[in-house]
Amino acid sequence: MATKAIVGEKVGMTQIWDEAQRVVPVTMVKVAALRVVRVKTPEQEGYSALQVTYGVRSASKLNKPDAGQYAKAGVEPGVRLVELRLDDTSGYSVGQEIDASILSPGDKIDVTAVSKGKGFAGGMKRHNFKGQGAAHGTHKKHRAPGSVGACATPARVFKGTRMAGHMGAERVTTLNMEVVMADPAREIILVKGAVPGPRGGLVFIRDAVKGGK
Amino acid sequence: MNPTDLIDRESLRDDIPDFRPGDTLKVHVRVVEGSRERVQVFQGAAIRRQGSGIRETFTVRKVSFGVGVERTFPVHSPIIAKIERITEGDVRRAKLYYLRDRAGKAAKIKEKRDVR
Repeated sequence: MATKAIVGEKVGMTQIWDEAQRVVPVTMVKVAALRVVRVKTPEQEGYSALQVTYGVRSASKLNKPDAGQYAKAGVEPGVRLVELRLDDTSGYSVGQEIDASILSPGDKIDVTAVSKGKGFAGGMKRHNFKGQGAAHGTHKKHRAPGSVGACATPARVFKGTRMAGHMGAERVTTLNMEVVMADPAREIILVKGAVPGPRGGLVFIRDAVKGGK
Repeated sequence: MNPTDLIDRESLRDDIPDFRPGDTLKVHVRVVEGSRERVQVFQGAAIRRQGSGIRETFTVRKVSFGVGVERTFPVHSPIIAKIERITEGDVRRAKLYYLRDRAGKAAKIKEKRDVR
């Protein structure tokens, strides 16, 4: 698992120039200071994780279960409660603040978010099928998937055959992305490339678990 | 204001002069050769200016040894040392792609005369 983790909201994409004066496409993630609400340990909960919150939410808008969590920890209520899985949580304590300074430029990270929903999508969009010819007598079947199986043997369509269906709005992790900038003062992280999900979506960041050095 | 303006503002340049398609420009481009850096001048007519903010680009066309050469630069690129506006063109289009089909005198852009 991860040794470092943080959570933020996707702001949008833009570009900056690097030292070699090449354009770098970056995604801006707003990472407000996190407050630790609860530290989960293998002894108590069976796994290590941090329950954190960020931002401000008025106490009157909390439901009873959430209010209880904040009250027990003595932490100011935030926008939402989020759990971050970590290898080891022994260095953390309730009430502690975590901000973007745990990351530095050049760090490799994994980014997890819920991708944009695409609705009921056809085979071409969902599985990169080629579709069928635009001409040569093709009639009303230009984006159709083609054959999905054989004839009397096996006389059925195999399970798992790729077809049209619901696409997107699923949890996606993009591995080994690069941090371009981490600025705790402005609560911003810039990640090279595209981060899954819509603008404003919740984005989980952890240090890369694969790839090595 | 876009939410990403916070970052864009740092890279935006304010030393770029006003120019429009049809203008003749001298673009001084920084070229890095190994450890040395020198400035190369690309002179020609601006035939297009598109995009906005940090992503804005423009295209300069010149005819070099009988071959048309077009180069597109981001307006805010740090490789641009300087842009000089040599002449102001009098054109009726925003995109001067028709120049590609013309050669010699037909490809000349009228210069803007100040009519008051």
